[in-house]
Amino acid sequence: MLRALPLAPATIVMALFLAGPIAYCVYIAFTDLQLTGQASSSFVGFDNFRTAFHDAAFLNAVKLTLVFTFLSSIVGQNTLGLALAALMKRASKPVRTVTGAVVVTAWVLPEVVAGFLLYAFFRREGTLNAILDWLGLPSQNWLFTLPILAVSFANVWRGTAFSMLVYSAALDEIPAEITEAAEVDGANAWQRLWHVTLPMIRRSIGTNLMLNTLQTLSVFGLIWVMTRGGPSNHSQTLPLFMYEQAFQKSMIGYGTAVALLLLVVGSLFSVVYMRLLRSEP
Amino acid sequence: MRPTAPLLTATVLLLAAGTLTACGGGSGGDANTVKVSYKQSTDNMSKVPDTYLTAMKKQFEKANPGKKVELVPIKAPDAEYYTKLQQMLRSPRTAPDLVYEDTFLVNSDITSGYLRPLDPYLDKWADWDQFIDTAKTAAKGQDGKTYGVPDGTDTRGLWYDKAVLKKAGIATPWQPKNWNELLDAARTIKKKVPGVIPLNLYTGKAGGEQSTMQGFEMLLYGTGDGTADPLYDTSSRKWIAGSKAFRDSLSFVETVYKEKLGPDVSDALDPNIGTTVRGELLPKGKVGIDLDGSWLPQDWIKGAGHEWPEWSRKLGLAHMPTQNGQAPGKVSMSGGWTWAVPAKAANPDLAFDFIRTMQTKENSRRWYIANSGIAVRKDVAADPAYVKAQPGIKFFTDLVSSTHYRPAYPAYPKVSTAIQEAMESVTTGDASVDKAASTYDDQLKTAADGKVVTRP
Repeated sequence: MLRALPLAPATIVMALFLAGPIAYCVYIAFTDLQLTGQASSSFVGFDNFRTAFHDAAFLNAVKLTLVFTFLSSIVGQNTLGLALAALMKRASKPVRTVTGAVVVTAWVLPEVVAGFLLYAFFRREGTLNAILDWLGLPSQNWLFTLPILAVSFANVWRGTAFSMLVYSAALDEIPAEITEAAEVDGANAWQRLWHVTLPMIRRSIGTNLMLNTLQTLSVFGLIWVMTRGGPSNHSQTLPLFMYEQAFQKSMIGYGTAVALLLLVVGSLFSVVYMRLLRSEP
Repeated sequence: MRPTAPLLTATVLLLAAGTLTACGGGSGGDANTVKVSYKQSTDNMSKVPDTYLTAMKKQFEKANPGKKVELVPIKAPDAEYYTKLQQMLRSPRTAPDLVYEDTFLVNSDITSGYLRPLDPYLDKWADWDQFIDTAKTAAKGQDGKTYGVPDGTDTRGLWYDKAVLKKAGIATPWQPKNWNELLDAARTIKKKVPGVIPLNLYTGKAGGEQSTMQGFEMLLYGTGDGTADPLYDTSSRKWIAGSKAFRDSLSFVETVYKEKLGPDVSDALDPNIGTTVRGELLPKGKVGIDLDGSWLPQDWIKGAGHEWPEWSRKLGLAHMPTQNGQAPGKVSMSGGWTWAVPAKAANPDLAFDFIRTMQTKENSRRWYIANSGIAVRKDVAADPAYVKAQPGIKFFTDLVSSTHYRPAYPAYPKVSTAIQEAMESVTTGDASVDKAASTYDDQLKTAADGKVVTRP
């Protein structure tokens, strides 16, 4: 009992500043509270959730969120991060330092700054089109024709460093003897990756996937700066939809309900990854 | 659970909480201090309101010994400023004594019970008669009471590039008499001056309120007889659906983008189109005609980032014509900001005294000139020192007599978004005018909570 006492202040602070607001948010999600334009709010039960599931714009946002998360986090950041980590393990020290610096710079840039950089890259007069022109390929306005791909690429660009660092650490943990033994036994590079490396860093893959996914689910600034969710809502993911409902249309209650649903999506992903962590091969 | 599981669960909750929470600060009160909240520019170079209010504070404290003014700036872009303000107005602990309110949201805040009616003060204030009637209605609630004193306004019209029009063979000064003449001028420019955007018309959701107000409403309010509100029926207090005026305005938008008279659709739907137009395209002579606001020169004056003092020689101004040239022949929309007293203010009397100090003839003239505002006081509007302060100011001030204020009732922000969506779908060609209009009618029912009247 006495040994738990030093934890008490932290617990109280957590309860006050973390659990308190969350509980309040859960409550608000069941009211029709508005930021302005309403004399008083009332309890409406599950109305906000019912509205959401009948709202074509909400369903569109869910779909886009899943596409965005799958492309940029699960496929992009994760695979590219692993590839970079593996390549850097074999690279010479200067190459490793330069590559590491470049990738990590993208990661430490504030989200909004990264957004503007990538906006400048993808826009009509942007860098990408300049390169395509130079190569004699047709240019186009990427933010207009393929907005969800453009923002997914932006998120990959920005977030890969994290995966790279996680995987670099994990790969360093693999004892050299095991890889060497596999090599001696005649396993080629692909077989070594599939049968030795991946199983050994399985836990890191799980943790990395989960953190990446949660971070990607809540990406707001990047998309807001690049496309504002447009054109015609073609890149409006759940956080942008939530912002529009709560702060542009002043419907705090509905916006909070959407936030809770986003939380559910995040938890579902987490459960899947936690299972991945738990089961032994 | 493995030992890592609770940690992971905590991480999930933390990340979730980050997206969910927001908070505000608290403060105390004192009977001799008037607390004034206003919007501070997010641009550190721009100190216009700060300088002006500091001078007002000095004047007020000198004239009222023992009384103090405490300035409470909120540094934020428009949308976040509203949010922060509305949170402050909810509680007597955080509510200031005087707030700077956009007319866009003033009626929503009245309905929320955030603001205090000023009629008892205004009745005893001689200067109130100097305010023009349309501006007086800008902060009027649905109960007929007035909740704010406007400190200026803005108007909208057509900016045109004299050189582009000349190349196209259009005589300047140019003034279209109806929508067709405007479209014809754009068509001529398209044919004779390649590489130039003939007519810039803001559209779509990315542009936000600029699409609704500079784009759509400048068309919509030029239909009909020029007096009735084509968006909101004041007598029945209902929003208007199914009108021909609405479809005609959408058709105009569709024509501009279908015939490629406007910017390329992908550029028109870029969130930064407004900045690009006034910062790059207009100064480079890349736009023939631009339907835009009175505040553009703000960006072109010395030290403003896009210095372009020659603009007054290169650009001409024309008022936006009504649909068929019917009376009054021209149309403009106005917004602007007002000074309002929160319902939960601790010192409302003192707050109104401060408004009176800011709104003497001399002080308000000083303010309009400092922020490129358009006067809402008759005596200032007639003052030569104000009229000559900046080229174009007389043109935009004269529009005040034929301007319209938006029906900025609580549903307005949602109605505005629905309008932007309708515009966007005809701009991209995703929907026909009729389809877009009927989608708008459906959305309007939800946005206005069923308070809709169908009028052909």
